This record gives sequence, structure tokens and C-alpha cells, in this order.
Amino acid sequence: MTLSEEQFAEDLTGGPERRPPSRSRVVARRFLAAPRGRAGLTLLGLLFLLAFAGPLVSPWSYTDRDFTAFLQPPSAAHWLGTLQTGADVFAVTLRGMQKSLVVGLLAALVSTALAALVGAFAGYFLGWTDRTLTWLTDLLLVLPAFLVLAVMSPLFGSGAWVLFVVMLALFLWMVTSKIVRGMTVSLKRREFVQAARFMGVPPVTIIFRHVLPNLSSLLIVDATLNVSAAILTETSLSYFGFGIQPPDVSFGTLIAGGARTAVYAPWTFWFVAGLLVVTVLAVNLVGDALRDAFDPSATRTR
Amino acid sequence: MAGFLARRLLNSLVLVAVAASLAYLLAAAALDPRSNYADRTPRPPAAVVDAQLTALNLNDRTPLIQRYATWAAGVLHGDFGRSVTGSPVGDDLRRRAGVTFRLVLLGLVFGSLAGVAAGALAAIGQYGWFDRLSAGLSFVVLAVPVVVLANMLILAGTWANERLLGHQVFLVSGEYSDGLDAGFWGRAVDRLQHLLLPTVSLSLGLVAVFSRYQRNMMLDVLGADYVRTARAKGLSRRAALVRHALRTALIPVVTYFAFTFGVLLTGATFTEKIFGWHGLGEQLIDSIFTNDVNTVAAVSVLAAVAVLCASLAADLLHAALDPRVRAG
Amino acid sequence: MTPEPATPPLPTAPVLQVRDLDVRFGDVHAVRGVGYEVRRGEVLGIVGESGSGKSVSSAAVMGLLPRGARVTGSVRLHGRELIGARDRELDALRGRTMSMVFQDPMSALTPVYRVGDQIAEAVRVHQRVTKEQALVRAVALLDLVGIPHPAQRALAFPHEFSGGMRQRVVIAMAIANDPDVIICDEPTTALDVTVQAQILEVLKTAQRETGAAIVMITHDLGVVAGFADRVMVMYAGRPVEVGGVDDVYYRPRMPYTVGLLGAVPRIDRDGRRPLTPIEGSPPAPAALPPGCSFAPRCALRAPACDEAEPPLFDVGPGHRAACLRWEETGPPSAAAPGVAGVPATRVRPEEPVLRVEGLVKHYPLLKGTLFRRRIGTVQAVAGVSFDLRRGETLGLVGESGCGKTTTLMEILELAAPQQGRIVVLGRDTAGLGAAGRKAVRRDMQVVFQDPLASLDPRMTVHDIIAEPLRTHGAGHPARRVRELLDLVGLAPAHAERHPQDFSGGQRQRIGIARALALEPRLLVLDEPVSALDVSVRAGVINLLAELKSRLGLSYLFVAHDLAVVRHIADRVAVMYLGRIAEIGAVDAVYDAPAHPYTRALLSAIPLPDPARERTRARILLEGDLPSPAHPPSGCRFRTRCPKFRSELTDDERARCVGDEPVVRPLAGPAGGRGANHGGDDHGGDDHGGDDHGGHDHGVACHHARRLDVL
Repeated sequence: MTLSEEQFAEDLTGGPERRPPSRSRVVARRFLAAPRGRAGLTLLGLLFLLAFAGPLVSPWSYTDRDFTAFLQPPSAAHWLGTLQTGADVFAVTLRGMQKSLVVGLLAALVSTALAALVGAFAGYFLGWTDRTLTWLTDLLLVLPAFLVLAVMSPLFGSGAWVLFVVMLALFLWMVTSKIVRGMTVSLKRREFVQAARFMGVPPVTIIFRHVLPNLSSLLIVDATLNVSAAILTETSLSYFGFGIQPPDVSFGTLIAGGARTAVYAPWTFWFVAGLLVVTVLAVNLVGDALRDAFDPSATRTR
Repeated sequence: MAGFLARRLLNSLVLVAVAASLAYLLAAAALDPRSNYADRTPRPPAAVVDAQLTALNLNDRTPLIQRYATWAAGVLHGDFGRSVTGSPVGDDLRRRAGVTFRLVLLGLVFGSLAGVAAGALAAIGQYGWFDRLSAGLSFVVLAVPVVVLANMLILAGTWANERLLGHQVFLVSGEYSDGLDAGFWGRAVDRLQHLLLPTVSLSLGLVAVFSRYQRNMMLDVLGADYVRTARAKGLSRRAALVRHALRTALIPVVTYFAFTFGVLLTGATFTEKIFGWHGLGEQLIDSIFTNDVNTVAAVSVLAAVAVLCASLAADLLHAALDPRVRAG
Repeated sequence: MTPEPATPPLPTAPVLQVRDLDVRFGDVHAVRGVGYEVRRGEVLGIVGESGSGKSVSSAAVMGLLPRGARVTGSVRLHGRELIGARDRELDALRGRTMSMVFQDPMSALTPVYRVGDQIAEAVRVHQRVTKEQALVRAVALLDLVGIPHPAQRALAFPHEFSGGMRQRVVIAMAIANDPDVIICDEPTTALDVTVQAQILEVLKTAQRETGAAIVMITHDLGVVAGFADRVMVMYAGRPVEVGGVDDVYYRPRMPYTVGLLGAVPRIDRDGRRPLTPIEGSPPAPAALPPGCSFAPRCALRAPACDEAEPPLFDVGPGHRAACLRWEETGPPSAAAPGVAGVPATRVRPEEPVLRVEGLVKHYPLLKGTLFRRRIGTVQAVAGVSFDLRRGETLGLVGESGCGKTTTLMEILELAAPQQGRIVVLGRDTAGLGAAGRKAVRRDMQVVFQDPLASLDPRMTVHDIIAEPLRTHGAGHPARRVRELLDLVGLAPAHAERHPQDFSGGQRQRIGIARALALEPRLLVLDEPVSALDVSVRAGVINLLAELKSRLGLSYLFVAHDLAVVRHIADRVAVMYLGRIAEIGAVDAVYDAPAHPYTRALLSAIPLPDPARERTRARILLEGDLPSPAHPPSGCRFRTRCPKFRSELTDDERARCVGDEPVVRPLAGPAGGRGANHGGDDHGGDDHGGDDHGGHDHGVACHHARRLDVL
């Protein structure tokens, strides 16, 4: 606890009966007080708006092909130009962004949940549970994720992208799980967990009531950062044709296509690459500001 | 110590064996070498295809377990089988491993050194201009995936060659120019020109990650009691920071290195593929496209071994840096 | 430092002169107008509780505050102004003219460098010597501060040293360049009492060698009583009373000083009179009350106190106090009538609540953090037996590593011990199933040391107190929670808050309320007051005493602070290296300790009584606690035993070496007594001559009785 928090606490005890602000509200206030937090959140909101409301105003759908305009630069008809196939860059980019955002969010959610469960159980029970789970974690760390996903890519075709999300998540949780395990081991030694144990509270209840809530800041931050990790992984895989399969499009497939024509048709590459970078940047900003909001001592000197 | 190392080695071997087996089984089940023959003209008769696939231990009509047994027996004798073209997998592997190793090592050394230096500087001048600048830059870099970064570098390099420099400074394809006859120095310069952008592409992300991590570790120890003790002795702020804070903050960073190694390998794969280096990564991607099960398995064995070696190296480095660990 | 009564300051110019020192961090005014001066060879004690600004002010003197701090005022070292001096000038002074010893020796040394090199570095910063010469000097310094085999140990890393040894290294570093001022910031707080006594000795040696002035910062009124010449008491960032030790301890003029002196439990007084706690808790530096900052807690508060902060009045020669009503203030009244006095239990009750027989707990000893392997067995608890009866309090005391916490954890686990038997409330833990264990948990509750760590920061106080009720299926906890809050002296409205919103003492009250929720019969207390400030501690001790008599509880009270145990316990068990050294009724053990370890322990505890401290002979134990992985053969204490070293014959020693003593009752009332008035006087004022205690007194020493006869 930092000096200022301690004083904050003392402040409250000294003052008249007034309900102290809840922790989530304190975190939210700190989060919004940071320029990074505000910028990231605003940016992310705008990107979501663009991805999901954008297609409504676009004259073209992502499946449309304009056979009168192949690889044309931006114009009034095609705001961001067209691809070699005659597809409208604006429309397909938004579609790709939708896909990437959804895939990223879901994969992050799944992987963080997995990391929390595996880490907390391994760290709390130790012994054989720990050895087995840690071994599994190590195995997945050793297994080249890219390879497994790439080899499995034929299975992701035609609407089976949910499977893709699950597989993506399966290769994102290990490092977090190791951190969660370590923190659980030290939480288990903390006296409030001991107190609950000596009170007779069952172990699984302790994990869900005391351990996981006390790791929530780590988990929330981690989930945020996993969103960007998932988007980046998805992009890389799709770039080589191992991720989202046609006719679906994502950032990765678009960048792969764009990279080939970028030299003479820069609009096919730079718009989508720029949007990708901005998206990931926004997510990372939110994650970083969240981390500071949860743990002000991380950046402030004492 | 010996017993411990033996146990650890055994554990690593088991991990590699399981990981390799899983990779093989997955590749053998998901990839379809038979389809390679489907679009050949003239289409070879089914019996011939079968015979050829069986000879390569790729026939999907042989039970998976049996194929696996054959493959595993071969691997135990150091034989990784044959690729779809019939040449032994092992032959090409060694040369390609060298290429990848060079790229990864260079990227790693440059990336971690630059990252640690930047992070330490940022922490010392917390909230100063360098801290802000490096924070901003690493945020941007971390948001750019290697595939995009590599392409951007190629575009930027080509643009610079044409518009800015007027001649080919950055070479963006392959590891050296074929048939160049320019003597030793000429060839060395040529290799350097090829090396420049791929190394940047690979290590830029690493610089960003390491500088953030080093900065945080450094900030953790800046307030430590022993740094205060060092100042109380009369050491100047600079000396205390470099001799006591930086030296101690390096320890967790070394362990962090093991975690980043896997990411680095993947990054190397993309970089090789995009810059046209004939390394393992390129081979991996190509072999997936050609349904080359044995090559895929061989590359994944190497990758698993590399990751474990990296973690072992990190542990040894950790022990070298930290007497508390060495004490055992 | 000589054991004379406080000598008048020498008429030389002060070495260090501090005036109107102010430190602010943002809007927090941490230090307000601190001023003092010390002369060569003089010791100034600065006493205060946490948050009183005592450590911040010393860091400000050294110029070691973080960059965000704004420091004003004047600090003169040999007349040279340090505030506003350039960094390079300060670097040249730090470590040479003035040096510092820090509180936590465990983290004060850089973990990656050899100890000798770290001391040599301190030498080489200020002296032009070669590396070899500096190392030779480092070894000499290590020898001076009493580290055995200094040449060898200089090559060791900090983690290979115990806390006490590390503190010696830090002191060696501080005196490496013959400084003129040594600032010691709580140098013994993190150490055990016997080690504290050693370190204070080392500091005296250091002062003798260098002739330096010492500024000794501490929260412990006992530590400075015998060590300092003058004392400054700080409260809420300000000095509130300054004077010679005797003046401040015997003739205090500031109600806060009076309160502090009255709130400390004392080893030399039996616990039948309640302590007089100071109401409330210290103000936050960000929210100081108007006027005198102690006024809200002061019994003598008058309207004038709230108007302006009182200056330091001259109340005697060299004695100043910041109180408007200093003339009415005097030393704490000797005996306030008890509200919560524990009736002295003369006859032990019958019904056993807890019985421990021959308890053994061994841990595998692992070495290395990375290359982890088992290299031996730690015998954390090696055959401990005691029982606790209904309505009784048993204090389990000992220094760190003695196995008291392991014993407690073994009991709390309610699992079958590795060896021996634990019977809780009549049920043997070896035969308990899941249901039986849960049933016992209902009747046995625990209060932990760190009140903040033992409360889940995510839960409200209501949920925290209700958790045991819910776990054991008690329907509507709301009413019960209100009752419990009331019982421990908190308001019902507090139930909605989070533990972070409370002060230390209040948090510990919440912990106690939670422990009492299910109306247990046995309460296990693990150092329940050692994390609390002195002025708050007394209130919690009184609460525990009161609850015990009201609710008929039995306490197993684990603590390292013997004074607190004397105050609250009926019986006490002194542990050393996994075994019980001495056990018995408190008065018997404290007034007539028969085990050499108990005597050393008791003699190491400083008393807040300057005259007594100066005359008291200390039994200093040599060296560190042996490793519990390789305990000495025979008597575990023999390697450090003063009796073994200097009093016994070879035959008697052979018995100590070959034969492990067990706890045997001291035969007869007379046997227990005569022994201890032989050499040292451990504060046995008159003690009523009650002899029942003599029966309830067992000692694990072969020669306890032999010496008694002498």
C-alpha cells in the first residue's frame, strides 16, 4: 500500500459517516484521469463504431465486386479505392476489422479464463494437481503454436472460426497461468486465505471467493493485453493463409493481399495496416492505463 | 547438482518427445500428401501413388499409429524421414538451421542489448523526455505485428533505395546475392545489406518488450534499500544506479528471456518467409503448403529443442548473475 | 557511551545542527519544524510511532529523500549548510562525515556482491587506496563489529548471513570512514531481542572507536532508555518533548509522552493492572487537526489546545515540551484501578481445551531457488508438549526460528502430526474426518498478526465477519455482525466499509470480531499486537483481556514480545530451536527463570527506565541461532549457553553434550526461587511471595537445580 492510499484510508476514518467509494469506482476514476486511458478508450470506441456502423453507410458490401474498377485509387465511388478483385477497400477493411475484433475479444476472454483456472488450481492445491497442470503448461509452451494452428487451418474453413478462436486461446494462456500460479501460491500464504481455511471454508470456495477476486486486477489487465495478442496472432496466421479462411476476410488476409500490391497500389496495404496498428495500440493503451489504475504504485515513485 | 541436472534434462527430453509426437500426429492427421498427386498431369495411377506414399511413410491408408511408430523409430536413429519430394529431410535441415540460427542470434543480441539499455535509461530519467519517447515508441512498435512490420520495412527500404539514396542499399530478398563476384569484402558488405532489414524487423519488437520490462524492473529496485545504502556510502547517484540497481534488475530480465524465445522463433519464421531467407521458418511454411508431414515434424522437433535450450540457457545465465541461486 | 547518568552535554560545538526542518510530499506535511543538535560522543534518541516523521526527517538530513520531497530549514554539519547543497558535495560527505544504519538489514545489502566488496566499496569511495588495501580494511571492520572468521566471511554473499550479522555488516560500512555522525534508523526493530542486545553492544563499540555522535531513531522506549543521553519525542511530524533521558522518562511534561510510557507493557511488572491506552489513533499527515495535533486524543484537552499549535516551552533545564498544560502533566499514575484486570489464576482449572504431546514437525530442507533439491531436514518442532485448560491463557514465546509458529500451524491444520498427538477440545486430530474437523473449526478460531493481511481487501467488513457464520450455516448474520462490532468497540456503520479504510488497531478489532463470531472456546492468537503501534497496542491488549474474562475463552497466545505475554498470559512456555526450554506460571518463570536461555532472553529486553537500564547487567548470548537442520547434540542451547561456557565442569558439560534434557518440574517451591536471585536482578520487585507458581514450573536443563542450590 502506498503512503497516499494509507492517508486516504485515514482520511475516511477521520471524516463523518460517509460511504467510501467502492474500489471499482476508484479504479474507474484513476483510469479516466490518465490521458492514456481516455485516449485508448475513445479510440477503441470509435473503432468499434466504425467496424459495426461503418458498413451501414458504405455503398458497397464486402462481397460486392465492382467489375468496372480493378485496383483503383481512392475516389468518390470507392472511398479507399479497390482491390485487384474489384472489391471495395473500405467495405472489406471494415468487415476484416469486425472479424479481427470479435476473434480477438473472444480468444482473450477464453484464454484469460483458462489461465485463471489452471493457475489458481495449480497454485492452491500444489502437489500432483500442480505438477500435472504445470507439465501441461510447459508442454504447450514448447509446442510451436504457429505450427499447430497452421496445420489445423484446413479445419477452420467455412464458418468454423469459433474453433479457430478456441485454438487461438489455447496457445495464449500459458504465461499468464504461470503468473497466476505464482501469485496464488503467495496468496495462499496470506493470512486472510489462511483465516478462511482455518474457518472451515472449502478449498474451491476459497479459490472463487478469495483467490480469484484478489487477482482480478491482473486478470482484467491480462485479458485486455490478450486481446491485442490474439489480434496480432490472428493477423499473422491469416497472412499466411492459415487463419480466417475465404470467403471470410480479416486484417491478416487483407494485409497479405495488400502487401503484394503495395508498391504500385499503396491504398491496398496502408489503410488496413494503419487500422490494425491503431486498433492494437488502442487496446494496449487501455490495458496499460488499467494496470496503472489498479496498481498506482507500479508507476509512481514512493 | 548433477542429479538435479539429470532430472531436468530427462524432463526436457520427455517434453520434447511428447511435443514432437503430438506435432507429428497432428500433422499426419491433418495434412494430406495424397492431394499433391491429384493435380498432376498426367494423373498417376492410384497404385503408384499408394506405393510412393508408403515408401515415404506418408500413406494415409496405413494406420496412423503404425506410421507414427515407423517415424518415431527413425527419429530415434537420427533419421527424420523423407520429404514429399523423396529427399531425406535431414539433409536440408542443417543448412537451414544455420541460416535461422544466425538471424535469431543477431536479432536476440541486438534486441536485448538495445532493449535493456533503453529501459534502464528510461527508468533512471523517469518521466523525462527519453522515458516518454521510448514509452511512446514501444507502444507503437508493440502494436505492429512482424508480418506488417516486415512489409513496411520492405516498402520503406525500396522507397529509400529509389528516392533517397539512389542505389541499392537495403537488399530485401534472400540472404546474399547469387553469383556476386566482389571478393571477400564485397560479399561481406552484400551480406550485411541483406541482413540489415530482417534483423531490424525481428529485433524491433524485442527492443520494445525488453525496454518496457527492464524499465519496470529497474523502477522496482530504484527504491530498494540497498540502493539507498549505496547512496549513504557516498556513491553518486549514477554509480549507485549502474553498479547496484542495474546489475540487480538484470536478473529478472534474464528469466524473462526464456519466455520471449518462442515468440522470437515465430517472428523469425515470418521474417524469413517475407524476406525470402531460406531458413527453417520458410521451410516450415512451405512444407505445410506441400503437405510435407515429415518436414513439419522435424522442424517442430527442432523448435521444441530450441525453446528448451533457451530456457536452460536462461537458467544458467540466471545462476551466473544471482549468487542466491548459485548457492545450491 | 558510559553507564553514567546522563552527562551534561560537552561544551563543544555541535557536530550536527538541525533547525526548522520541514519536509513536504505534495500536500502532505510529513515533518514540521524539527530541530536538534548533537555533539561529539553524544547519543540523541528520537522516539515516535509510525508516521511521526522520525525516519523522514533523518533521511532529509542525509539528503536521501526521493525527488518529490520538498525540504526547507537548515541542516548544518560542522557548520556547513547541507540543505540546498549540490549533489556532489553531499556525496563527498555521505559515508565519510555522516553515515547511516538502516532498519531492515535483510534488504540493505546488494544481493549480488560479496559482503567484503561492499564494505571495500564504501572505503574506496572516500579514500585513495588500492582494492587490496580496502579489502584488508573491510576485514578489519568485520572483525571490529564481531563477525567471526572475518577474512572468510568477507567473501560470502549477503544471503549467507543472518539478519543480525547483516546488520553488523551495515554498521561496519557506516563506520568505514570514521564518521562524525551516525544516524541509526530503527537499527534493531527487525531483529530478535537477544540479537538486538548484541547489535546495541556493537553500536556502542562503534561509537567508542569513532567517537561519533549517534542519532538513534526508534519506536521502542526501552531501546533508547539505556543508550541515549537525550531524547526527542515526535508526534505527527513535530518534536513534542525534548530533554535528558531521565527528565523525559521520569518527569514527562507532554501528555503524549506520559501516555506512551503508560501504554507499554513492562516485563518487570506483573500484568494484573490494565494498561492505560491512548484513545484513538495518530492523525494522518494529510489531515492534521487544528491546534495541538495530539489534542483529539488527550485527556487534558482544553479549548485553548484547539486554537493553535503549542510551541516548545522550556519546562526545565534542557527540557522542553510542547504542551500548554505542561505544569499539570506528570508521570503516569502508578496504579489505575483495573477495568479489565485478569484475576490471577492461582490454581489451574481442570478442563483441558488443548493438549499437545510430543509434537514433531520436520520440513525437507531445500537449497537453491532454481536448482532446488533436498539437502536435509529442518527439525522445526522437535517434541513439544503442553496443555491449555479452560479459561487459561498460555503464552508461547521465543525468537524467530524457535518453532512457535510451526507449532501453532500444526494445531490449526487439525491434521495428524508427523509424531506426537494433538487433542483439541477432547478430540484427537489424528482421528478427525472432514465433518469432525469442521466441527472443531467452529470452536477454535484464529487471530493473525498482520491485521490488514488477514482481512480480504475485496470484502466489506460485514462480509468478513459474516464469513464464518455463513460457512457454518448460521442463518441471518446481520444482527450477529452488529453485536460483534459492538463487542469489539466498533460502530455498526463500519460494517459497510472495506478493511483498507480502517487504522491498524481497528483492523485488528475486526479480526477479533470475526474470530468470535461463532462463539469459539479456544482462540489461537498469532502475534496479535506486534504489528500495532504502542499507543494502539494497549487498547487491543485490554480488549483481549476483557473478552477473555467475559466470554470464558481460552487463549493460545504466540508472541515474541515477552512483556506483552507477561501482561496477558497465565502461563508461559519459552521455546528454543524447536523445544520448550521452560514452562510455567508467568510469575514463576519471569521472576525466577531457571533456564539460562530464559534468563538471557529476559535480560536482553530493554526497559523504559533509564536508571535501571544503566545499572542492569546484560547476559549477552553469543552468535546466532544454530540451523534447525543441524541442531547441536544433547541440549540444543549449549552452543550459546553462558552457563555451559563458563560455569560448568567438564563432567557436567559432557552431560549437556550427550543427553538432551527434557522438561522436568522444578522440585518444590524453594527450588524454583533461590536460583535466580543469585547473579542478576531481573526486575523482581517484590512479588508477594506466592509460591503456588513454584509447582507449575518446568525446565529443560540438566543443571537448573544444581545451580539453585548454590
